[in-house]
Amino acid sequence: MGILSGISGSDGEFGKFGEFGGMFVPEILVPTLRQLERAFEDASADDAFHAELDGLLKEYAGRETPLYRCRNLTRGMNAKIYLKREDLLHGGAHKTNQVLGQALLARRMGKHRLIAETGAGQHGVATALAGALFGMETRIYMGSKDIGRQAPNVYRMRLMGAEVVPVETGSASLKDAINEALRDWSESYESTHYLLGTAAGPHPFPTIVREFQRVIGREAKSQIMEAEGRMPDAAIACVGGGSNAIGLFADFIDEKSVDLIGVEPAGYGLDTDKHGATIERGRPGILHGSYSYVLQDENGQILESHSISAGLDYPGVGAEHSFLHSIGRAKYVGVTDSEAISAFAELSRAEGIIPALESAHALAFALKIARESRAPTVLLVNLSGRGDKDLEHVMPYIRMEG
Amino acid sequence: MSEKNGRYARLFDRLKKNKEGAFIPFVMLGDPTREASFDILRTLADSGADALELGIPFSDPIADGPVIQTAAGRALGAGATPAMCFDVIKKIRERHPVLPIGLLVYANLVVGSSPEAFYRLASESGVDSVLIADAPLETDPIFARFAERENIDTVYVVPPNADDDKLVKIARVCRCYTYFLGRSGVTGADREMRAPDSRAMELLRGAGAPPIVVGFGISRPEHVRSALMAGADGAISGSATVAIIEKNLDDPGKTRVELANFVRSMKDATIF
Repeated sequence: MGILSGISGSDGEFGKFGEFGGMFVPEILVPTLRQLERAFEDASADDAFHAELDGLLKEYAGRETPLYRCRNLTRGMNAKIYLKREDLLHGGAHKTNQVLGQALLARRMGKHRLIAETGAGQHGVATALAGALFGMETRIYMGSKDIGRQAPNVYRMRLMGAEVVPVETGSASLKDAINEALRDWSESYESTHYLLGTAAGPHPFPTIVREFQRVIGREAKSQIMEAEGRMPDAAIACVGGGSNAIGLFADFIDEKSVDLIGVEPAGYGLDTDKHGATIERGRPGILHGSYSYVLQDENGQILESHSISAGLDYPGVGAEHSFLHSIGRAKYVGVTDSEAISAFAELSRAEGIIPALESAHALAFALKIARESRAPTVLLVNLSGRGDKDLEHVMPYIRMEG
Repeated sequence: MSEKNGRYARLFDRLKKNKEGAFIPFVMLGDPTREASFDILRTLADSGADALELGIPFSDPIADGPVIQTAAGRALGAGATPAMCFDVIKKIRERHPVLPIGLLVYANLVVGSSPEAFYRLASESGVDSVLIADAPLETDPIFARFAERENIDTVYVVPPNADDDKLVKIARVCRCYTYFLGRSGVTGADREMRAPDSRAMELLRGAGAPPIVVGFGISRPEHVRSALMAGADGAISGSATVAIIEKNLDDPGKTRVELANFVRSMKDATIF
C-alpha cells in the first residue's frame, strides 16, 4: 500500500479508487466540487436528464458510432482489428460524449459560463460546441505550445464563439492549461462550471468523466458480440489523462477474459526523458487534485512530458487507471512518436481512415499484437478521434509525392 | 502544547497585551537565490515581522497568481530544493529562536519524498506550522497525523464560501492560527481583499479557533488596518512582499531597504 492509503476513510465517499484519487484542491474549491457531486448524483437518478442527454447524443452528436472491422490493414494476419469509430462523432472525437453531459450538469447548477483546458484542442472544440449549443460564455485555456501545433482546432473553437486563452507558464501545454483553469475557477465558481475534459483531476471528475464516456464501451461490447459472437481478446485505447480509455474499459472491467491495454506515449522512447508514459515511468504523487501516478523528479517537482500528440502530452493520469494498474486489471504499455506516425500513415493508406495521432498510438500497439498473433485474435481499438487536426503537424514526418 | 507551537501562542499573547496585531510577510524560499533568500528573511525579521510564512517552490502552484508563480520559477531555476530550503530555515531559526515560522507548500512536496521525512526535516529545521495549499480539511487527516508526531501545527484555510459547518470544523482542528482568506481566487495583490466577514470570524472564535490572520489581497497598510478593524488578529502579505524582490533583482541592497520599509509600514498599521 502507498503512503496515503486510508487518507479519506473507507466509505469511498471521496471518490477513491483503491488508494488513488481524492480531492486535493484548495479549500475554496471544495464546496464547488461538492455541489457538482450532488448535481451528478441527482441527475444520475433523473430519467428526464438521461432522456435529454441520450437525445442529444443521438440527434446532435450522431450516436451510436459504428464498429468497423479493418478490411485491409490486417490482411495476412491471424488477428482482426475492430475500430470503435469515435472519430465519426460530432466534433471529431469522443470528447463530445461527456461534454454534453457536463454542460447539462452546468445548466442544472444554474451556471452560465464554461471554462475548460485543452491539449490537442479536441476537448476545447467539444466544449466550444456545447457552449454554442447551450448559449454559455466559454473560455478555453490552451498551452501556447499546443496552440502552435493545433492551429485548425483553435480556429474551430473561435468560430463557435469560444475565447481561447494561451497559457505561457510552465511547459505551456496541457498541464499548465489545467493549472490556469483551476485558478480561474477558484475565483469564478459561483457563475462558472469547469468542464474538465479528462479522467484525471479531483473527485468527482474521474467518476463523472467515466460515466459519461462509458457509452463507448457499452456500444462496442454489444456491437462486437453481434459481429463475432464473443468478447474481444483485448480492448486497446490510448492514455493521456485517460478519458477515452476509461470509457472503453468501463463495461469490460468485469469481463475477465478481455485484456485491457492502455497505450501511453513513449515519445522518443521510454528510456529517454522525452515521453509521457506516466504509469510506466512515474510514481504516485499529487497533481491536479488527485493522488495518482505522476512524472516527477526526486523532490516532487512535476516533470514536463513529451509526446508528438498534444492530447497525450500530460505528466499525470486518471486515478482509476493508476488503480487498474495497481491491481493488475489493466496493462499499460508505451508507443513511440515514430511508431504512432507509422500507424497513422498505415491506417490512412489501408482503410481510408485518418486517425488522430492520439488514437494512432492505440492502433500501433494493436498492430504489434496482430503481427505476432499465432491464433485467431479479436482486437478492439478505440479510434478516439480523427486526424484532420494533425495533418499540418505530421507533414514533415510523412513525405507525400506525386 | 509543545514548546514549538508555543511560539505562536506566546506571540499572540504578547501582541494582545500590547494591543497590536500581527504582521506576517510571505516569501518564497530560495528566491532569487539561496544566499539572497537568507538575507531577505533576516531583513524581514529585523524590520518588525511578527512571524514568517515561507513557501517551498513547487512547479505547479495552482493556488498562486503570477507573482508567486514567477518567484517559484525563479527559485527552482536557481536550483532550490526542499533540502536547501530547510537549510535556510535552520539558519534563520538559529538567529531568531522565538520567531514563529510557518511553511506554505503543495501536497506533492510533502508526499514527494515521504510525509515522515518531510515533517521530520521541517521539525529539525525549526518550523512551527505547515499549511498545504491543496490539502483541504476533508482530505487531510493523514498529513495532520504526521505533523502531530513532529509537534508541528497544521494550518487550514477559511475560504469566503465556507458554511457554518466548515467554520466550526476548522475552528476545532486549528491550533496555532487560523488562515482567513480576504477574498476568493488565487494569491495576488492586483485584486484587493474585501472587508472581512466579521460574522464568520465571530463564529470561528465562538467555536474556539486560534487567532485569525487574514491573507490574500493584502498589499497596503490600510488593508492590514481594515482586517484588524473587522476583528482579525493579524494579516499576511505575500505577493506585495515578493513583488519588491522581483522589482529589484539586480540590486540586493535596494531589495533589503524596500523590504524593510514595507514591513515597517505594514507593522505600524497593526498598532492601535
